Amino acid sequence: MSAVLHPHGHGADHAHDDHHGAPHGWRRWVYATNHKDIGTLYLLFAFTMLIIGGVLALGIRAELFKPGLQLVNPELFNQLTTMHGLIMVFGAIMPAFVGFANWMIPLQIGASDMAFARMNNFSFWLMIPAAAILAGSFFMPGGAPAGGWTIYAPLTLQMGPSMDAAIFALHILGASSIMGSINIIVTILNMRAPGMTLMKMPMFVWTWLITAYLLIAVMPVLAGAITMTLTDRHFGTTFFNPAAGGDPVMFQHIFWFFGHPEVYIMILPAFGIISQIVPAFSRKKLFGYASMVYATSSIAILSFIVWAHHMYTTGMPVTGQLFFMYATMLISVPTGVKVFNWIATMWKGSMTFETPMLFAVGFIFVFTMGGFTGLILSMAPIDLQLQDGYYVVAHFHYVLVAGSLFTMFAGYYYWSPKWTGVMYNETRGKIHFWWTLISFNVTFFPMHFLGLAGMPRRYADYPMQFADFNALASVGAFAFGIAQVYFFFFVVLPTMRGKGEPAPQRPWEAAEGLEWEVPSPAPFHTFETPPKLNSDATRIVA
Amino acid sequence: MMNNIYKKFEKASIALFALASTMAWAVNDLPGGPAVRQLNLHPPVTKIAEEQVWLHWFMLIICTVIFVAVFGVMFYSIWKHRKSVGHKAASFHESLKVEIAWTVVPFVIVILMALPATKAVVASKDTSNADLTIKATGYQWKWGYDYIKGEGEGIGFISTLDNAQREMSNSGKPEPTDDYLLKVDNPLVVPVNQKVRIITTSNDVIHSFAVNSFGIKQDAIPGFVRDTWFRAEKTGDFHGQCQELCGKEHAYMPIHVKVVSAEEYTAWVAEQNKKMAAKQDDPNKVWTLADLMQKGEKVYAANCQACHQANGKGMGPIKPLDGAAVVLDTDKVKQIKVLLNGQNNLAMPAWKQLSDSEIAAVISYTKNNWSNKTGQLVQPAEVLAARQ
Repeated sequence: MSAVLHPHGHGADHAHDDHHGAPHGWRRWVYATNHKDIGTLYLLFAFTMLIIGGVLALGIRAELFKPGLQLVNPELFNQLTTMHGLIMVFGAIMPAFVGFANWMIPLQIGASDMAFARMNNFSFWLMIPAAAILAGSFFMPGGAPAGGWTIYAPLTLQMGPSMDAAIFALHILGASSIMGSINIIVTILNMRAPGMTLMKMPMFVWTWLITAYLLIAVMPVLAGAITMTLTDRHFGTTFFNPAAGGDPVMFQHIFWFFGHPEVYIMILPAFGIISQIVPAFSRKKLFGYASMVYATSSIAILSFIVWAHHMYTTGMPVTGQLFFMYATMLISVPTGVKVFNWIATMWKGSMTFETPMLFAVGFIFVFTMGGFTGLILSMAPIDLQLQDGYYVVAHFHYVLVAGSLFTMFAGYYYWSPKWTGVMYNETRGKIHFWWTLISFNVTFFPMHFLGLAGMPRRYADYPMQFADFNALASVGAFAFGIAQVYFFFFVVLPTMRGKGEPAPQRPWEAAEGLEWEVPSPAPFHTFETPPKLNSDATRIVA
Repeated sequence: MMNNIYKKFEKASIALFALASTMAWAVNDLPGGPAVRQLNLHPPVTKIAEEQVWLHWFMLIICTVIFVAVFGVMFYSIWKHRKSVGHKAASFHESLKVEIAWTVVPFVIVILMALPATKAVVASKDTSNADLTIKATGYQWKWGYDYIKGEGEGIGFISTLDNAQREMSNSGKPEPTDDYLLKVDNPLVVPVNQKVRIITTSNDVIHSFAVNSFGIKQDAIPGFVRDTWFRAEKTGDFHGQCQELCGKEHAYMPIHVKVVSAEEYTAWVAEQNKKMAAKQDDPNKVWTLADLMQKGEKVYAANCQACHQANGKGMGPIKPLDGAAVVLDTDKVKQIKVLLNGQNNLAMPAWKQLSDSEIAAVISYTKNNWSNKTGQLVQPAEVLAARQ
């Protein structure tokens, strides 16, 4: 069995399958314990949430197209911005990377499945009620939460029952993430094929190993912050209520202690995907593998000591501002090292530019722009002008969309032949890439100017001098959204239906990794016995 | 078929961009506020802002140079090292020397960037020896200014977004206005070339006081006092907006600082003192219903209408006043207490900063307007008694 919905006669791969009770129909999916199926579930779920979060964004951009309130009142606008953030972060980006992890980690390390296959199922299916609660909160009295995705106290103490629903949903999602991370760590540490030492693992596996530790460290901290919010709201505590001795700024400290590693959780797996794709399409090994491992680890460790750069204007003393400024600026060093290593991989390679490589190169270019605006924001004096404005919005969309999302597209194009057994349509892939790249920049580049000019974020209406760039951003946003609908219907769906050229086992001639040692599509069960590997741990020897 | 789709897409995008370009709004640059299609930071009016502008250029230039260099190399490689031009892949894949170089050099660059930044941070935090100290209190959704120390101390007032502009926003079709959403009834007035210390706090949730031309931004946090400072070196009108999400009217609580010459400031202080003396409520005055209704209507429009609407019907979670139990209640103290103390964790804010006669008038107005016909009057003395 493969991951395609309606497989079209890929007869040969059944030779290796034991069909003892291999599930069919709805039971296959509800009781799924197979890492490939669970990976598919996560990816489809994440894409659905991407579209929902995207529709909310289009609501925001439609309202901001012109000055004046045309479509929504300010309360609903605040709900749109809040839910767009929560759904994209917790419903789209994080689950998508978990989907990639599920599909690829066992394949890349030569394991038969994840360590805890049933817990894996639970991790996924927990997300469905959580997402339903989150999305459904729009229909609760008072509407969805409207405190920003950062849900600062004491504003959250004023929200209606949807705030409690969101807290509940976040707890469930956090539990799902923690279980998933435990699964990933145990799998990677215990189930690698003999001969695959840690320093021979694919970079995607390394980045997920590090990300999983970050998740376990910080999801409980978020749980703490939102539980304190819940008890303040309903159980008489006053953690964040200053009238009774509480401290609203403490919420920010706790939240951002989670929040900053969280953004690295959302980018490290992306770095891993790029580190797989660039060598494949440069026909040259990744430059500086050890350095890349150390750089990723440094980024992860540093991510714990920079959180208050989100709080420069809260009134911390000079020493605090200086410390967090220096620590944050420091993260740019290992990040720069990674960019240099990717370019050194390309240098004097023999490159071709199929869609995965287009997205990978596009990522390096546009993510680095986001990195530079991050460096500029890290300078506390400059941040005094830019904090809570559109420059920040531009920065994080550059690193999250042009960063994380682009690598997911790259990963899809790179690995979907292995998942589905057919090649996607290369022309349409290129259309998707250029359409996405251009519309993304049309949407978010003007926001740098808006931020420098002083336009605050989370504003339903704005002074008219900001109108032209807002209009431009809105046009770009709709173009970007349509590009993703095109992607699903014209690129993804045909491959899921098995329509396309049959994919060879190794569609990319220089791609390395154990996933390319199994047929396309990958059989339902792979590496049921640990493979014997060559000295590089990249090929199976007979 | 692809060609057809491509042509359609081309036509659609041209139409869309044509539409977008006709949307250019006929407003002018606002001095001290945003300029039309402004590309960079505001022109600085304080030394601190000047340093920030300089620092930003410094960072932008360095980052652009590095960016162009690095991506120049990458695009050169994309051009020259392609399989399609016959380039064969080399086999190198590590170099300790190179890794050390491109770790150490960026590290040094980052340290060099941190030096001027440190200077600017330390300068912007030094609020000592101010000539004038003003407390800015964030409310949902307006600013309160109290002059605490220096010339003008004792002056206090609320600064609210101009009501007509708020209505324009609701209409969905605002007229081109240069200071749209930036105009207030009572701007903050300060003298030029004097060190002004702004203390920020809040009455309810976190807000943030910011004036970009001055290079200042300081969160206004309930239960805490924070401070910042500025010395404006030019006279004029300077604008800012609330910079921390504070609820539904977050976009509607602007900051307007009027920097005037020393003589103009002194004159303004005298005028304010006269006004405040005149406003002192006579606690024993007994008002007629007609007078209360007239005053109450004004108070309602300025303070309540944004949430409870002109028709008193509220919206969404905002409760209606027309037909509301607490408004129709024979026990007037109930409604007085709601106004003084707020309700629902301050989702309905407290309004104790309004005067007794303002509160008495607006309650009387709600009790006798729309379909409410209680015939009840509330006198300022009753409000004063409820405050105890």
